[in-house]
Parts: sequence; C-alpha cells; structure tokens
Amino acid sequence: MSVANNESVADIKARNKELIQEVLKVYPEKTAKRRAKHLNVHESGKSDCGVKSNIKSIPGVMTIRGCAYAGSKGVVWGPIKDMIHISHGPVGCGQYSWASRRNYYIGTTGIDTFVTMQFTSDFQEKDIVFGGDKKLAKIMDEIEDLFPLNNGITVQSECPIGLIGDDIEAVSKAKSKEFNGKTIVPVRCEGFRGVSQSLGHHIANDAVRDYVFDKLDPNKAPLFEPSPYDVAIIGDYNIGGDAWSSRILLEEMGLRVIAQWSGDGSLAELENTPKAKLNVLHCYRSMNYISRHMEEKFGIPWCEYNFFGPSKIAESLRKIASFFDDKIKEGAERVIAKYQPLMDAVIAKYRPRLEGKKVMLYVGGLRPRHVIGAYEDLGMEVVGTGYEFAHNDDYQRTAQHYVKDGTLIYDDVTGYEFEKFVEKVQPDLVGSGIKEKYVFQKMGVPFRQMHSWDYSGPYHGYDGFAIFARDMDMAINAPVWKMAKAPWKDDSQSKLLAAE
Amino acid sequence: MTQNADHVLDHFDLFRGPEYQEMLANKRKMFENQRDPAEVERMREYAKTEEYKEKNFAREALTVNPAKACQPLGAVFVAVGFEKTIPFVHGSQGCVAYYRSHFSRHFKEPTSCVSSSMTEDAAVFGGLNNMIDGLANTYNMYKPAMIAVSTTCMAEVIGDDLNAFIKTSKEKGSVPAEFDVPFAHTPAFVGSHITGYDNAMKGILWHFWDGKAGTAEKLERKPNNSINFLGGFDGYTVGNLREIKRIFSEMGIEYTILGDNSDVWDTPTDGEFRMYDGGTTIAEVEAAVNAKATISMQEYCTEKTLPLIAEHGQEVVAFNHPISVKATDNFLMTVAKIAGVEIPESLAKERGRLVDAIADSSAHIHGKKFAIYGDPDLCYGLAEFLLELGAEPTTVLATNGGKDWEKKMKALFDSSPFGKNCKVYPGKDLWHLRSLLFTDPVDFLIGNTYGKYLERDTGTPLIRIGFPIFDRHHKHRYPVWGYQGGMNVLVQILDKIFDTIDLATNMPAKTDYSFDIIR
Repeated sequence: MSVANNESVADIKARNKELIQEVLKVYPEKTAKRRAKHLNVHESGKSDCGVKSNIKSIPGVMTIRGCAYAGSKGVVWGPIKDMIHISHGPVGCGQYSWASRRNYYIGTTGIDTFVTMQFTSDFQEKDIVFGGDKKLAKIMDEIEDLFPLNNGITVQSECPIGLIGDDIEAVSKAKSKEFNGKTIVPVRCEGFRGVSQSLGHHIANDAVRDYVFDKLDPNKAPLFEPSPYDVAIIGDYNIGGDAWSSRILLEEMGLRVIAQWSGDGSLAELENTPKAKLNVLHCYRSMNYISRHMEEKFGIPWCEYNFFGPSKIAESLRKIASFFDDKIKEGAERVIAKYQPLMDAVIAKYRPRLEGKKVMLYVGGLRPRHVIGAYEDLGMEVVGTGYEFAHNDDYQRTAQHYVKDGTLIYDDVTGYEFEKFVEKVQPDLVGSGIKEKYVFQKMGVPFRQMHSWDYSGPYHGYDGFAIFARDMDMAINAPVWKMAKAPWKDDSQSKLLAAE
Repeated sequence: MTQNADHVLDHFDLFRGPEYQEMLANKRKMFENQRDPAEVERMREYAKTEEYKEKNFAREALTVNPAKACQPLGAVFVAVGFEKTIPFVHGSQGCVAYYRSHFSRHFKEPTSCVSSSMTEDAAVFGGLNNMIDGLANTYNMYKPAMIAVSTTCMAEVIGDDLNAFIKTSKEKGSVPAEFDVPFAHTPAFVGSHITGYDNAMKGILWHFWDGKAGTAEKLERKPNNSINFLGGFDGYTVGNLREIKRIFSEMGIEYTILGDNSDVWDTPTDGEFRMYDGGTTIAEVEAAVNAKATISMQEYCTEKTLPLIAEHGQEVVAFNHPISVKATDNFLMTVAKIAGVEIPESLAKERGRLVDAIADSSAHIHGKKFAIYGDPDLCYGLAEFLLELGAEPTTVLATNGGKDWEKKMKALFDSSPFGKNCKVYPGKDLWHLRSLLFTDPVDFLIGNTYGKYLERDTGTPLIRIGFPIFDRHHKHRYPVWGYQGGMNVLVQILDKIFDTIDLATNMPAKTDYSFDIIR
C-alpha cells in the first residue's frame, strides 16, 4: 500500500526534502541546525550520502545509539567464548547486555565456555571512593579458582573506571605474570568515550592488537599446519548462526577457515589469524581496524564481502576467490551453481508475495547497506536507510554501491524523526531494533528486528537467505496487520495501516 | 544441503544437519585449541561438589550471574507511570539504550526515555550543558507534561548536582520556570533497581508536595479519605495494577495509584503509536498528599518513600508482595480498616475459590521443595504462598536482599512447620544458587528467564516468575496479586509439576505407569 508506487524520482526527492524540513521544525534552532547535517536525500552519482556522521548525539533527543562498552563487550569481545569478560564497574551494564545478543556458540557453559554468563565486579560506593584495583585483582584470583579452564580474561571498563583513575592495565599485567602469562586484556571501553558503540569497536580492536598479537610467542608450535587456502572470517558475530552459514560456503569452495571473529570464536582463533592468507571482512565498521593492522604488520590482504542475498553472495564468492588460484575460483563457481536451484526456488516462492514492497531500515554496522541487495533479490525496494554509528566511509560505500537515487538518508536518527519519516513515507516494512520494533508495530507497520533477526536466523549465506525471505514474507503478509483497525472505525482515523 | 524452499529451516533445525555438525566438530578439533573433553567433564562434575560450593561461597569480590539491575532502571520504571512524563537520565547515553531494550524485551512494548548523552568533555567539565540542551530538546520534541530526571553512574561519579543543574537550565530557558522537572540521584553503585524505584518515587513526591525544590509553596495537607497505592518495581505491573484497581473498585475505595504504568506498557496495536498513555496525573500526585494513608505493596522498594509520606501525616503500611491467601487477607483487611469499608461478598467468594483450588491441588505440591530467587519482596511473597501450600521453600535467594530481609525471611520460616529446613541467602548470585541446586537439590526452581541456565545445568525444572521474563510472552498481563493472582501462581506451579511428571513418564515399555490421564 505504499503511496510511492506511481511517483517519479523527482517527486520522491521533493517529498523527502520537504519531509526533512518538516521534521526539523520541531527542534530548537541550534538543534535543528545540527540535525539538518545528518539528514539528506541521496543524489545518485555522489560519492557519499551527503550526511555528517560519527558526531556526538544531541542531548535529550532520544538517540537510538549505545556506548563504547556496548561496542567492546557487547560486540567485539563478548562472543570470544573461552575467555571470561568482566563487566568492570556497577552491575547494570553487564546485566542489560547479558546474553541479549544471540552470539551462538558450542561449548560447556560455565566450565570451558562463558558467553552467556554475566561476570561483574558489581561496584559499590566504597569501590568508587577507594578505587577498584584491589577488587579486580581479587576477582581474577577467584576466576582462576572457580573457572580454571578459562583461556583468558578481559576487563571491560564501565564509565566509573576511567573517572576514578583505576589502573586496570597494571592489575592485568601483574596477574598475567602471576598466572604464567595468561592472556589478560584490559579494555578502556568506558561508556562515555566517543559518541557511540563505534569507538568501543576500535578500542576493542586495538586491545586485540596490543594484548593478543603483540604477546604472541613466535616460537610457539603452530596448532595446525598452514595451508595456502587459509582464511579468517572477520566481523561476523554469529547472530543466530550467521558465521556458520557463511563458513560452510567458504569451506565448500575449498578454503579453510582458521578463525571466526568473533562469533563462536576462541582465543586460539584470534592467535591463529596472523597465519591467514586472506582476511574476509563482513562488518567493516567494527573490525576494519584490526584488518588494516594485520595488513600492515603481517601483510595479510583483506577483502570486504556481503553474504546477504544470492546476488551479493555470488559477487562476494567470486571476489574472495579472485585472491586465490583456479582451484578456488572453480570452487566458487561450483558453490554458486550448487545453490542456484535453492535460490531459484526461494525467489519463485517469495518474490511474488513481496514484489514492489518498500522497506525502511535503521540499523548499525554493515546492515543499513548490506541487506539492500537481499531485499532487491526479492523484488523489494529500500526507500530509506540510516546508520546508528557509521563513519563517512560507510556512507561512501552506501552511496557508491547500494542506495538508489532519492533514498532518504538519516544518520543517528532520533525517535521523533524516525517515527515521522515512517508515518509519511508509509513503507511496507521497517527493519530496525528492539527499541523501535513496537513503536512501528503499534502504528500497524510490519517490522523485523535487523540486529537480532527477531530471534530467527541465520540470515547470512544461501541457507540464511531462505530464512530471510521467509521472515520478510511472514512479517509483511501476516494476517494480523489486517486486524489492526476496528471494522466499525472509519479509514481516515488510522491511515498508517499496512494491510493491503 | 538441508535447506529447502518448501520448508525453510532456521537455526533450530538447520545446524542439526550433518554438514553443519561435521563442520562444527572440525572447527573445534582443528582451530579452537579446545580443552581435553575429559578435563572438561572432570571440572563439570567437580563444580557439582560440596567442595566447589565452599569455594564458591568464599568469593568476596567476583559476582557471577547476579539477579539484580542498577538504580536508574527503577527510576525509568517509576517515571513512565506518570501522565505524559518522559524519563530523562543524566549521564552516558548507552545506559538509556539498555533500559529501553530491557523493558521492551520484557513487556514487548516501546519504552520512551531520553539521555543527556554525556561524553568525554562532560566528564571533564560536568554535564550542565548537556542538561540545558537536553531538557530544551526533550521539551520541544516530545511535548511532555513532566520530565523526570535521574542519573547514571557517570554523572554521579563526577558529582553533577541535579537540583542546581535543573535550576540553571530553567534560568536559561530550556523549559518554562513552572514546568515540573522532579529529580532523583540514582547511583548505580548503590543498591539496585528497587533502590532506584524508591529514590525516583520519593523524588517525585518530594517535588510536588514539598515546594518543587524551593520554587513553590509546600502543599498543605487537607486529609481526606483517599488511599495512595505504591506497587514497587514489578514485572507484572500491567496485570497487577489492573487487578488492584478492580479490587479497590469492588471495595468502593477512593484511591490513587502513584506511578501507574499499566497502560503505557500495554498499548493497543490499532494504527497509532502512543508514546504516552495513562499514568498518574500531576493533579492526582498533588492531591495524593491529602490521602489518609499510603500502601506499599513492596516494603523493600519503598524504604525511603514511605518515611517521607509518613512525615506528611499519613498512615503508611508496607506489604511484601502478597500472593498467599493469608497475605491477601491481611492486605484486604488492612485496606478495609483504613478506608473504613467492608470487604464485599464478591471478594470473599474469590477467596473461597482460591482456597477451593488449593484444596483441589495441594496434594501435588505438598512436601515438594522449591528454590526461589528474585527481588526481596517477591521472594517473600512466593515463599509465604508455598508454605501455605504445604511446600518447602528450602532455598530463597535475593542478590539485592539485605540483613533486614534475611531476618524477615527467617521469621517467616519459623512461623511454619514447612519452613523448618529452609534457608535464606541475601546478597548471593545465581552462581551460588547453581552450587546449592547441586548440593542441596530441590524439586522446582522459581525465577526469571535467566533461571533457564540453572534449569539446563542442574536439571531443576524452572517456573518462570520474576523479572525479566524475556523468553516467554505476555506473562506480565496476568496478575500475581490478590486472590486471582494467587490463582495464577498456583496454576503456573501446577502446570510445571504436571509437565515434569509427564516428561519423566513418557517412555514406552519403560514408564508406562504414572503417565496418567487423570490427576
């Protein structure tokens, strides 16, 4: 029921520009000026999306963003399964992020695996006043005593740590020595640092560099015999098993995956990675730093890829294969051909049900651009997109490879803006997060969580695309959306209902 | 290839296929440097022992899997219960993203809340400018009737003074001088979410009753016959508050629910997003000073709020999350006495129905051992009910329970023959509880969603009662207070007991007996 069906691109652009002006009216002048720089209508041919990004959120506007701790503990480090990640500070941060990101893994939880556990120093007032270093040291002793099969410890700093002047580096160093060189990683990811999750990713990447790579013993016997086909998956958090449905394709084409960063990952895999021949990078935003570092330090090339939807998967498999010999190139073609019938069947089934449907996205990391191809494979169109914590290089990639002319772009969108945009654009589907889900469903707009896959998944790879297609169909064509309006009420009262 | 378009397999089935199983086994063997499985098994067994429990209980610094959250979560819970009120949390913005997600995952509802988005510069210079800009933006964008301010630990550590900041913001024109901005300091390193509830509720009452932070006349109390009601931090707030309203209406009581968030967390899907819905109005909060008495349903959520109210001359009474027949009797009789009303026959009949249900079913519960964890009042209410059913709440644990609570729990155990072998664990976490479930096994566990890890590891069937409940839907709609609430809890316990028996007796040619059709 999108209103845009018969509009020309020029009409759409004019409407979107007007819409931006309209939402800006709600703000005090200073805020309107600042927000204006984050909103735009994409002009094809431009090198980026024409928005400012990676700038402080404005107080009081209801940003959807999180913090550096969320970027480090919640995203990068948390999924490393055989290490214990201490949420260092008060109890809340670790509690709210406890097992809420479905980083699937295999292991004996509580014994040799610790992902879905919440280890915290549970700071009390006395720890703030007198400092928490002694407590941290004691915590590490207790961890060694109670969880002796852990392969390492990280200290994920919460806000107070950096404010009270604790020296977590010294504690970590001393304890590492005391525990015979155990990997202990202090991470300065206090929530007030930076403007979003993004700096937390960077800090976490740097901590891998400083406390894993820089401490590698060059004389240590390798765990495995290197092969010319060794690659590492970087920037896949295995949400609902995404990294697994990706790994299987790389292995089927003849490559050997020696590490997963960081979904279902282990310390050993981080340590393996400098032996890779190629790093394949899915979430550029959260792990480009360490990929660049490995390129400089170890000479490992890296290659961005996109495993959402058959078009992008095929393109990516060929791109990855181009770094290797004919055996792998043939392998890529073989894999593409193998899954073609499945893809044809999925598209034959779902495309007729989804053709022409309009989607608005607002997510983090890579998804505001990466999933566009998957929607297009189903005949759907992304008419608006934006990032929680992108930098300009993300918007460049978005502009150059993904979005269409006239797409509405919104960086660090506020609750108010997003609601108004959806109200006016009237998409058939919104893809965003848990905080947004119920807002739009109340409005009668079908919604999928595009962080957690709404507890479904995987969405990566060929196996994942079938699930993606099923889920989008399920969201848009669920009978419930036809019931939102009481039959005795007249149409004008609820104009947003997405029922056909 | 296991995937197919006709019957799409998601994570549940997909990864059980042979290709994936083989791939995952290879990954483990080749690249993870996994521990020797025998070593893992030895440790897994060792973690079940008395010796491990002793070590576990000797912990002084480390907390593992706590059953508590931090103060500002409670402050947000309070704020959304007032009409057109937006919670404004002063400090880092990531915290607010967490509170909103946490509530939305539990209630399956939107939760609106803003942050002052303090970053490094605010850490150095203080967050005054964030407050000034933040209040102005929130006021203009979301047109609230009230902005209720609380703090994250960042703002507390650097010592931001909310009262002064709000005054300055008003001077700078962020919001009109007469606009209500109640506040509460809610440091995350003191207490838990229930402390935050207490501080925030106290802050709002203090604001309206005691002269709006020195900017208005204090209200003069003109006593009337009304009763104020405080629910405390409650995952069942939607169902419970509606049940309380129904009960009070039946009793003909004039009442004010302070912080009524039962509508904002239960809005319809009808084409309109209601950022605000229902809630206690400002006029009602102000009038509440005149009430005859204030009743708190959860003592440990209102330890500071009730004394403030008492100072204004009201009678204050606190309960401990009444679920049992006796607790609800006491609740109703107390309320009736204060209000000077009779308990209507309709409620006596409801009571009789709950007693009837207990009589029908208690044989299946009698003598069973339970472990309970959760907030202190919830634990008390559940334990009290179990004792009434002839069950033994042998292990009761509250990470945010203190010494007073411990004493009170012991007194409860002492009051019943079924409490003889029961123990209370204040300040302990779910890793402690894991040890206890191995060394001192029980038949059933009552707790929130995180109890599913304990259920998996120890084999103790979990009855999901508590907060948060993320992995089961709509539980918050069903009251656990009043006779009807007791009925709901009873049924939930019974369902799990019967399901557990069925699961253990469904093997043909092995357990053909006991797989009964009538119970």
